Amino acid sequence: MKRALTMAASLLALAAAPATAQNVAITNATVATGDGSAPIEDATVVVRDGKIVAAGTGINVPAGVQVLDGSGTWVTPGLFATMTNLGLWDVGAVRESNDIRAGGSPFSAALDVAPVVNPASQHILIHRAAGITRAAVSGAASGSIFAGQGAIIDLGSDAQAVTRPRAFQVVELGEGGARLAGGSRASAQALFRNALLEAGEFERNGTITSPGGGRGITRQGDDIGIDSRMARTSRDRASDVLLTRFDAAALVPVARGEQPLYVMVERAADIRSALALKQEFPRLDMVLVGASEGWLVAREIAAAGVPVIADGLDDLPQGFDQLASTQSNIGRMVKAGVKVAINAAAMENPRNLNQYAGNLVALTRIPGADGLSWGQAFAAISSVPAAISGMGGKAGVLAPGAMGDLVIWDGDPLEVGSMPVRVFIDGVEQPLDNHQSRLKERYRDLDESDLPKAYDW
Amino acid sequence: MKKHVLLACAAAFAVAGCSTTGGSDGVASASAKDWDAPVGADGNAPFPSTYAPYPGRPTALVGATVYDGTGGRIDNGTVLFRDGKVAAVGDASLSTEGYDLIDGSGKFVTPGIIDIHSHLGDYPTPSVEAHSDGNEATSPMTPEVWAEHSVWPQDPGFTRALANGGITALQILPGSANLTGGRSVTLKNVAARTVQGMKFPGAPYGMKMACGENPKRVYGGKGRTPSTRMGNFAVNRQMWLDAAAYDGKKRDLGKETLKGVLDGEILIHNHCYRADEMALVMDMAKEMGYKVTAFHHAVEAYKIGDLLRENNVCSAIWADWYGFKMEAYDGILENAAFLRQAGACVVIHSDDANGIQRLNQEAAKAQAAGRRVGIDIPDAEVIGWITLNAAKAMGIDEMTGSLEPGKMADVVLWNDDPLSVYARPEKVWIDGALMYDALDRKRRPVSDFELGQPGEGDVK
Repeated sequence: MKRALTMAASLLALAAAPATAQNVAITNATVATGDGSAPIEDATVVVRDGKIVAAGTGINVPAGVQVLDGSGTWVTPGLFATMTNLGLWDVGAVRESNDIRAGGSPFSAALDVAPVVNPASQHILIHRAAGITRAAVSGAASGSIFAGQGAIIDLGSDAQAVTRPRAFQVVELGEGGARLAGGSRASAQALFRNALLEAGEFERNGTITSPGGGRGITRQGDDIGIDSRMARTSRDRASDVLLTRFDAAALVPVARGEQPLYVMVERAADIRSALALKQEFPRLDMVLVGASEGWLVAREIAAAGVPVIADGLDDLPQGFDQLASTQSNIGRMVKAGVKVAINAAAMENPRNLNQYAGNLVALTRIPGADGLSWGQAFAAISSVPAAISGMGGKAGVLAPGAMGDLVIWDGDPLEVGSMPVRVFIDGVEQPLDNHQSRLKERYRDLDESDLPKAYDW
Repeated sequence: MKKHVLLACAAAFAVAGCSTTGGSDGVASASAKDWDAPVGADGNAPFPSTYAPYPGRPTALVGATVYDGTGGRIDNGTVLFRDGKVAAVGDASLSTEGYDLIDGSGKFVTPGIIDIHSHLGDYPTPSVEAHSDGNEATSPMTPEVWAEHSVWPQDPGFTRALANGGITALQILPGSANLTGGRSVTLKNVAARTVQGMKFPGAPYGMKMACGENPKRVYGGKGRTPSTRMGNFAVNRQMWLDAAAYDGKKRDLGKETLKGVLDGEILIHNHCYRADEMALVMDMAKEMGYKVTAFHHAVEAYKIGDLLRENNVCSAIWADWYGFKMEAYDGILENAAFLRQAGACVVIHSDDANGIQRLNQEAAKAQAAGRRVGIDIPDAEVIGWITLNAAKAMGIDEMTGSLEPGKMADVVLWNDDPLSVYARPEKVWIDGALMYDALDRKRRPVSDFELGQPGEGDVK
């Protein structure tokens, strides 16, 4: 009997994954729009043709839209996980399955994860079931201070994972960068400045020829140009260059300020040094990542207009660059006017994002601590990381015209006991099955009286 | 920042998990006897505990919801403690005369939280090479090493575990590079200048063992045995045979520890992920005449809940870690719930300086996963996973782990339901002494390392 039920459930799951967007309205739900505001009770969300049409109260559901009664549930935009490696590995310690690091590669800044992301990765499936619908994906710096070009992906059950290829470049400065640069922060700074100067030089002097024949880069929508690094130039560069041609080309959009540069730093002094680079390279579109001591320099970060992807709950002096780390870091930076997203790379796995956000709410009740309101905390895992990823107003928010990424939860999504019951990406309802859910079904009991467990599927 | 944690975890022996699961009842209480190995020249057991409770006030917590650690729940309860011990636990009718009253309305009271698997002090922060003292990875068998000799009492991690996690006792284990990693030590989470000042008086020793990938990788990588899982078992079995033949005439530190295990005085805490390997280890224990008290990091324990129940072995597990190494690939959220359904013992552990600050939330996640598959586990029982069950598997349940008269007054007052993400410890007492108070900024330990540094005394 159990097997029959399981099979039926599997068939249902398959049937519930149409390839086309559905027109759906969810009514009577508690709705959090992701924009930093408080949740709204007895609200309605309407999705049509893959986009959000409306979210809030007093909304008339258009004709022809299927209505789901959301009583007792919460509806939110899908979570946006920034700084993940989803789709780049199968098993962390199984080297041949893991594309996060490339210490032996001759390239660094040119490493591009867009063609590498595996949409069928179990980690994508598992995190989809946890309510994450979009993510920033990048490798880790290993052969050089530059980690390469990260992508924005969706976690949908289709072959196209990449929403924005080459969405950002990542560089390690501070303690991590120092080790990669040969041993000191000074070396990391010198390598970085040299790299940007070489990229600038390459941009000016290299005859960058795009397949279309014109100079410069070609663009597809809001993508970062894809052709500069493929330039077939034979022009010699100065003999003392450190960057390969591909790496120099990859840094051109960074130098031009067209591709955000994610700078990994922790210590207050390192943050100041990173911000100072903006004076030397004013076009840099900088984002700080980590920033455990950000609260000590929060006003300077805010004045520079630099957003931060911060480790949510780090409170230990993990290294000498994180002596002042505290769980109040994010609350204090937000209070000073910094735009802060919670860094999914700082937790065991990105599906803990909502737990981390909930913890920041808990801090508001501790004297001397600084946390976030519920709305701010939810924004730090939805609209804010989306905006930092260049998808402001399009993802991580339930607003007219935004992508139809939404999650129906069985309770307060920041509470540890809550889980998604339905997930939509671009208006398409998603299957929530994965390796873990199948194991769960198989081992729901340990009965092998008829056949071994291996036949229970 | 913990960068790419999954990778780091997979690569570092330090973080390699162990897990234990234990039935909610029928867990064999380990011997609480002091280790009776040969004494030193002064006639004492070596490195004796010098911990003594700090002074406390007779205290009555009234009006709170009480989870007593044994599975009991009292709404509008009263908890009385004095002279370091729990005096009484009951409803609002208990007389509080002679006690300082603390109003717990809207709040929750639990026993002190206990982490059965920690490396605080052995792998302290700052996590620099000079502090890497958790694995004596020079031989696959090092029963002669004692984790307490690596513990740095100034590890700031102890203070975070107290203030954010309500941790009052914890077991510090050697890492999992070795098949036999050495003795563990159980500590009171009370700041001290020496590790002896933290040692839990009367707690039995444990011994760390490890299955699977870590030992074979570490020693196989050095061109030594073991390089395979079968090599792991061969080395283990020969070690036990040699230990059984030890006559004690010439002192041998490693053999003394192994003998303590065979005599049932030292508890085996066995890092083991895979179900099939746990089954083999339980048979090895039968062959060699010892008992596994708990499997740690047992991500596949749910596949053999029946065997674990029959063998009376606890599983110490994470709520949701998975995938960072091959033997963790089949981790599922329902592990704890399925074990509990099978009648096996569950303990939630951290193995992590951050996770130890949120064991209550990890337990809540495991509970919620059960609820979604129709296994409803009462809140009060879930609190037992991080209190009394851990104490049982560490052999200290006669002394702590629940709010029962005569037990140590290790108590947490939470500002909300500890199974909610919005809850934090408001006050923590250890042996009746107030060691943390969120409302008093000076009632918070600051390690030597953090004095004069940015953020000294911050809320953290």
